[in-house]
Amino acid sequence: MSAALRARALRKSYGAQEVVSGLDLEVAPGECFGLLGPNGAGKTTTLRLCLGLSRPDGGEIELLGEPVPARAREARRRIGVVPQFDNLDPDFTVEENLLVFGRYFSMPASAARAKVPSLLDFAGLAGRGDARISALSGGMKRRLTLARALVNDPQLLVLDEPTTGLDPQARHLIWERLRRLTQEGKTLVLTTHFMEEAERLCDRLAIIDRGRLIATGTPRELIAAHIEPQVVEVHGNGFDAWMQHARSLAPRVERAGDTVFVYAADVAPVMADLRGRTDLSYLHRPASLEDVFLKLTGRDLRD
Amino acid sequence: MRWIAVWRRNFLVWRKLFIASVLTNLADPLILLFGLGYGLGALLPSVAGMSYMAFFAAGTLCSATMFTASFESMFSGFSRMHGQKTWDAILYAPLTIDDVVAGEIMWAASKAWLSGATILAVVAVFGLATSPLVVLTLPVAFLVGLAFAAVGMIMTVLAKNWDFFSFYMTLIMTPMTMVSGVFFPAEQLPKPVLAVAQVLPLYHGVELVRPLVAGRLPGNVTLHIAVLLVYAAAGYALTIMFARRRFSI
Repeated sequence: MSAALRARALRKSYGAQEVVSGLDLEVAPGECFGLLGPNGAGKTTTLRLCLGLSRPDGGEIELLGEPVPARAREARRRIGVVPQFDNLDPDFTVEENLLVFGRYFSMPASAARAKVPSLLDFAGLAGRGDARISALSGGMKRRLTLARALVNDPQLLVLDEPTTGLDPQARHLIWERLRRLTQEGKTLVLTTHFMEEAERLCDRLAIIDRGRLIATGTPRELIAAHIEPQVVEVHGNGFDAWMQHARSLAPRVERAGDTVFVYAADVAPVMADLRGRTDLSYLHRPASLEDVFLKLTGRDLRD
Repeated sequence: MRWIAVWRRNFLVWRKLFIASVLTNLADPLILLFGLGYGLGALLPSVAGMSYMAFFAAGTLCSATMFTASFESMFSGFSRMHGQKTWDAILYAPLTIDDVVAGEIMWAASKAWLSGATILAVVAVFGLATSPLVVLTLPVAFLVGLAFAAVGMIMTVLAKNWDFFSFYMTLIMTPMTMVSGVFFPAEQLPKPVLAVAQVLPLYHGVELVRPLVAGRLPGNVTLHIAVLLVYAAAGYALTIMFARRRFSI
């Protein structure tokens, strides 16, 4: 079976700055694929290129079997898009937003109308069809944007930071809906910088930075391949002096702000050393995707 | 014909606000028509062989059409494109920026046509035109609307902010209204000014509409229609070029 999305040697520059620098991606049908990267890594630009909304300076893209941008229009018939910033139509009600969007896909009015109840139900907006967009909460708008992206019953959904700016309740609801969509067999491509989101939702991930692919695999594979399995976080008054000492106890010791991160396959010596110390607090936990992400993309602030 | 979905989107919004939209569109030209028409009409009983009221009504039909097309394509269009990001959402569907721009221009032209048609109705009701020829002003109004919608849309896809439009309004549209024969016969203007007016689209709209209101067939019909069509086509082509630059980067 051919890939749902395949990009080869993708390049895109804005002025002198290369935002995407020779990126290769492959998404299998039916999988939930996550594009991870710090701010400015080129995630949104990559999605825009793959949708044919932006012209690449180099490389090849195939989306649902169609070459992009040459036949992007044909590909987009079978695609739903959830953008990073909601752009629901404020001139219309909830229901009208869905109907008018269906029209952009040349759906007959009767077919669009027949879909509305199930879409509103999916969005948790049943009975709110006549509400104005300005009356919706941030979570409701996000859910309606997701429902709008499903109006054409797409094979593949592209979601740019689907839960950014939402409270935990609203976020969990979106996650549950996205899982439901993968169970229905839809392919999902999403960008995020929430590691928890990536770990919970995605079958496979690509970590990108400065427009380049730096690692790819399942969340477990990435953790196994790139980081020691155990972590001890240490902070407190004496952490600076202790950090020097810790280097003899573990293979990798890093500092971020006023916290020391100790990575090792076996942290028993570290734990033994910390036991009984009153000037340091510590936390022992298994390594997570966030540790991989920080190791690969660095701890420096990105703006 | 994919642009029709965009046209229908705007039509649906307009239908919801139908009364307010029509009233605000018509209040201005009608106040001007009756205020100036009655006032000046008393002083100038006959201009170019017709009552000043009828003379000015023909001009108003064209200028109202021009203003509606320009406002819709610039201010409303910019609000949809820039403020509401409605165009961005449409581009996720199997539509391209070319379709969006075509739909917007056709919509602004349609709304402008309605302004012209309503002025025509007023003209007919008040007996300012009696010949059935006046019905031919309807297609002319659409053409005038199309030309100004297409030119206005260039401004929209180039605009960085709202202030941009005031340059076009103040420096181009207002002087154009003065020299194109809306208020007085353009032939009274100094030759060089008249020559400028003759390359502007509004002049040609007025040249077509005024004889029809007077009950005569206009002269140089092909030339006038051609100029309006060239503005519409060139405006469309330039809009597409700049819109692609703005959106497909």
